[in-house]
Amino acid sequence: MSILAGNATRLVVQGITGSEGSFHTGQMVEYGTRVVAGVTPGKGGQKDANGIPIFNTVTQAKAETGANTSVIFVPPPFAADAILEAVSAELGLVICITEGIPTADMVKVQSVLAESATRLIGPNCPGIITPGECKIGIMPGFIHEAGKVGVISRSGTLTYEAVAQLTALGLGQTTAIGIGGDPIIGSTFTDLLKLYAQDDATQAVVLIGEIGGSAEEEAAAWIQSSGMSKPVIAFIAGQTAPPGRRMGHAGAIVSGGQGTAESKMAALKAAGIHVCDSPATIGATVRDALG
Amino acid sequence: MKIHEYQGKAIFAEFGVPVPEGYVAFTVDEAVAAAKKLGGKVVVKAQIHAGGRGKGGGVKLAGGPDEVREIAESILGMQLVTHQTGPEGKKVERLLVEKASDIDRELYAGIVLDRAKGRYVMMVSTEGGMEIEKVAAETPEKIVKEWIIPGYDLQPFQLRRLAYALELQGDQVKKGMQTLQALWRAFVARDCSLMEVNPLVVTSDGEVIALDAKLNFDDNALYRQTGLADLRDLSEENPHEVEASKYNLNYIKLDGNVGCMVNGAGLAMGTMDIIKLHGGDPANFLDVGGVANAETVANGFRIILDDPHVKTVLINIFGGIVRCDRIAEGIITAMGQVQVDLPVVVRMEGTNAELARKMLAESNLEFIVATTLEDAAQKAVAAAKGGQA
Repeated sequence: MSILAGNATRLVVQGITGSEGSFHTGQMVEYGTRVVAGVTPGKGGQKDANGIPIFNTVTQAKAETGANTSVIFVPPPFAADAILEAVSAELGLVICITEGIPTADMVKVQSVLAESATRLIGPNCPGIITPGECKIGIMPGFIHEAGKVGVISRSGTLTYEAVAQLTALGLGQTTAIGIGGDPIIGSTFTDLLKLYAQDDATQAVVLIGEIGGSAEEEAAAWIQSSGMSKPVIAFIAGQTAPPGRRMGHAGAIVSGGQGTAESKMAALKAAGIHVCDSPATIGATVRDALG
Repeated sequence: MKIHEYQGKAIFAEFGVPVPEGYVAFTVDEAVAAAKKLGGKVVVKAQIHAGGRGKGGGVKLAGGPDEVREIAESILGMQLVTHQTGPEGKKVERLLVEKASDIDRELYAGIVLDRAKGRYVMMVSTEGGMEIEKVAAETPEKIVKEWIIPGYDLQPFQLRRLAYALELQGDQVKKGMQTLQALWRAFVARDCSLMEVNPLVVTSDGEVIALDAKLNFDDNALYRQTGLADLRDLSEENPHEVEASKYNLNYIKLDGNVGCMVNGAGLAMGTMDIIKLHGGDPANFLDVGGVANAETVANGFRIILDDPHVKTVLINIFGGIVRCDRIAEGIITAMGQVQVDLPVVVRMEGTNAELARKMLAESNLEFIVATTLEDAAQKAVAAAKGGQA
């Protein structure tokens, strides 16, 4: 079992002919993901290097191939429009990999998403993977292994670190999701915790947060109020980050004393969540929590 | 990106936000000339990218040109220390000389992103001139907020609410509403990430004007803001950070002695954290991005090693799509290009990590090769301490 992505995924790649899009399409196909279509306006009717048909619009791609999920590799100035196009085509799931989308664009996208049935993951994220079934995004597939732990993270390589620890301990992952490092993202920790809570195969969830915003505190509040019984193991990056500085990710900033690692760790601990001080102990903490 | 107050006020004026008449001065003579042009009482304000300038002695009232000369001589070139600059302060190289306002009331107005709601929010308070974080913490009821509907202006009812919350009277209500709307329009049109007017003042003749202007911009939107990038004042930024940004490296200087080179922002923060946990202190944050090749590694080395506090360098790479053996090749090449006399701890994990470790071990260079993240942190901290002894 898994959440959001799996054997039923039929993927359309928006921006399939760009350098990132074409490279990662190859990687996804190699992993076994069913990539059924690509979209590049003006290149409709052509095929990509893997023989995948290219369409001018997402609506066409969906009508012709039955695509139900989109991944976006479109450059930042055009990425918000690409998300809106996928929403308009009524795809159920959209994963936006693009880093560098203006915040004001995402505020508008967010208001449209709220009125739609589409779920957005990202932007500025590595994507989502259900090991052995489907990889949507840019993560290295081979470090993952089908298993029993859900992973939700605001970071890329730090997620790989946690995943590699879980794989090394034989725990594996059900589905691992990078939700993105931007201040405005489509799906939050809480949105996804709700899905993992209902997924039978997921026995524990790793939550990798970082400084900035209040999404971790909100997740802690939800875990406490919902009485989620599966163990949640958290690590918060940026305990040593200076206030007022943006730490790489657009959303990783402590401003006006808000969004510190300390406050997030305290909120998570208060909700009964296992909080690791070190990113090196995430895997072992999951193992111990599962007993 | 941040800009100076005088630059912010120019943007305000463009959008119809009333600001006092004023001129920027880079020299004492320019400041005196500005005072003569303005006539009467003027305010001389140090232009640095930090708040709390008044308390630090960077804002002074002057009766006329002679007094301005005296003040400008003392402020220009001084190291201005405020609660936001750190103990070393910031050197004042520009002044704003503007007409003094006859202040009746000091208010606050600001616009920020409410991340949880996914909307921009305008906040106002009658407690102008104070640190707004303090007001928010101690008397949150004194901050009134209106969330902007995406794609719309502030609505008239919202502007009325804000104006009444500011306890504006009579004609001031309309003037205040116009000013707040103009602030929002400037915010949107210029892709700001933060805007603060502290204080927004009501003058004794009932005008509502912006006496201060703090504007930050969304770096991701600079591509569509012509002219904005020219307002960047590089002297306000750490020279190493400016240098790093030229190579598309994300570098932030810290106070410790363990230099860090990591791929990915989250892992870079995590690496700093684990160094601290093992009793060390990170010297920097450095994300070399997804493509850690010889060139990025060499540039990273140059920037890290330019910090005299650095005693050791920890390279922590999680190879995904980019294979570790390629990165090892890059590190070995970079070490040939840059003179590195400090211990270098390398930890690589992911695709072809074992091959990469072997390549490092077999090179003629001296690496301390680490396996796990924990091992890397311990070795780096030990190396830094050894270097100090």
